[in-house]
Amino acid sequence: MKKAKTHKLPVRAAISFTKSKSWRHYPIGLSLILIIPLCLLLGFGFVYPVGRLLGQSFFAPDFGLDNYRRLLETPLYLRVLGRTVIVALIVMAASLALGYPVALAMARLRRDLAGVVMACVLLPLWTSALVRSYAWIVILQRRGLVNDALLGLGVISEPLKLIYTEGAVILAMTHVLVPFMILPIFGAIRAIPTELVQAARNLGGGQFTVFARILLPLSLPGIFAGCLMTFILALGFYVTPALVGGPSSLLMATLIGQQTTETLDWGFAGALSTVLLCVTLVIVVCFRKALSNNRGISNVA
Amino acid sequence: MSPDLEFALATREMANEDKSLVSRNSRSLWKCLGAVTAGFLILLILLFLVLPIVIIFPMSFGSASYLEFPPRGLTLRWYGQYLSDPDWRAATLFSLKIALATTLSATIIGTLAAIAFVRGSFPGKGLFQAITLSPMIIPHIVIAVAVFLAFAPLNLSGSFLGFLIAHTMLAVPYVVLTVVAALQRFDTTLELAALNCGAGRIRTFFSVVLPNIRVGVASGAVFAFLASFDEATVAFFLSGIEGKTITRKMFEDIDFNLTPVIAAVSVVLTVTSLLVMGALHVFSRNPVPAQR
Repeated sequence: MKKAKTHKLPVRAAISFTKSKSWRHYPIGLSLILIIPLCLLLGFGFVYPVGRLLGQSFFAPDFGLDNYRRLLETPLYLRVLGRTVIVALIVMAASLALGYPVALAMARLRRDLAGVVMACVLLPLWTSALVRSYAWIVILQRRGLVNDALLGLGVISEPLKLIYTEGAVILAMTHVLVPFMILPIFGAIRAIPTELVQAARNLGGGQFTVFARILLPLSLPGIFAGCLMTFILALGFYVTPALVGGPSSLLMATLIGQQTTETLDWGFAGALSTVLLCVTLVIVVCFRKALSNNRGISNVA
Repeated sequence: MSPDLEFALATREMANEDKSLVSRNSRSLWKCLGAVTAGFLILLILLFLVLPIVIIFPMSFGSASYLEFPPRGLTLRWYGQYLSDPDWRAATLFSLKIALATTLSATIIGTLAAIAFVRGSFPGKGLFQAITLSPMIIPHIVIAVAVFLAFAPLNLSGSFLGFLIAHTMLAVPYVVLTVVAALQRFDTTLELAALNCGAGRIRTFFSVVLPNIRVGVASGAVFAFLASFDEATVAFFLSGIEGKTITRKMFEDIDFNLTPVIAAVSVVLTVTSLLVMGALHVFSRNPVPAQR
């Protein structure tokens, strides 16, 4: 009797220990110790520099909103802002047009073929944007692959001006960003149960009906995520437009770079950065709501 | 039922079958044609994705001193020039040093933070998580200019320490994301078992939790390495005349003298990325037997 009781106590203690779940949560002190290195890093390496840059827009050279006034009153800068948004939209649309078929194929092909497609998508994703911009320069330059081929075929008699144009920037940026579109859409399509597609086929739906009524609506969250990602990345892209673009295709990012390396106007660079940052954050916040709303709808349906 | 009627029904059925056979044939022809067109389209898109990267390989071996494709002769001259140029060598070593140090610091800081995010509770956790992940979303040009503005007066621009801080900040989100995912898959009862057996929190972490989330930590480390080694925007602004990364040196050379040496460097960068990702793939496929 006595022996049984002494056995029971630790067991009961263990059970209550398990049920309380307190062991699963680290105490607040320990949590804070774990987080302190990150705090220091982000504080000194991220929050302080970005805050200081944004502050420059109000304080350099004098206190006030002069930098923003200059941005709003100069048609050139407004045009750059407009061009940035339009280029980002075109890149997003092009990425969707090129990315959706690939994502669909990757999700629905045989396993070995899908693996090959996946490798083709991941190869560019793992290659530096710098290397890819260089490759596009080689392809599009005056004596590049495209011009050589067209001259050789006799289609043109003079090399075309392909590089350092807005078209080149859009092409190269699309190439860099397509994988960011493909992967979320692929995830969304793969999450669609195959029974749903089979049921639709059994009920007499053709390929197109299955696509329009099942695959497309259920992959919308992936499309939204991919569009959000490519649009935001396209808005703030620096490397590709700086290398592939010319003076006529100045974007927000290259304009900020120019202000800091050539004209050394930190106040104006700060104002431009603030605008770019705000546009990005507003889009993220708005679309995140749209994203979660959309996911809720597709779950109900 | 009269035999006539039966016959009539049978012939009608046969006729129906015939009709459906014909329509099925033509439909399968269309389907076949559609599949071929779709396959061709996808092949074109995949070529668009892969070809620009593939062509740098033959170009780096081409013998002409200007860019020509296809190359007429093969040579290793550009690789030789790359390896013998002290500027390129210094830039490569500097980048490697930064990338390795960034991998180490980002992996440690990110893993610790991920544990606190998943298992800890402290005020302002949601906001803190958002700030941790924001370097992935905020345009790198803004971060680059900001970091240069803040670090230049402290003599941190062009220095190893400056790059280490900036690149660790950029790489930490990748580690946090992968380790958080691994921790959420981890069966916490194993941790309870270890605690019940009398192990402390630290011992439990190193002998139970860490072996179980090692694939997540390793993925985070690989992404951190690439986030630093391939990073060009911050490196462009933060580099000095002395401390120059391989990406900054490449940026300058693409802008000013476009020689096949850049193709050779591109191949080196690409092969490095592929090797590192391949190693991760092998590591996460085959669990280390000793740790079983």
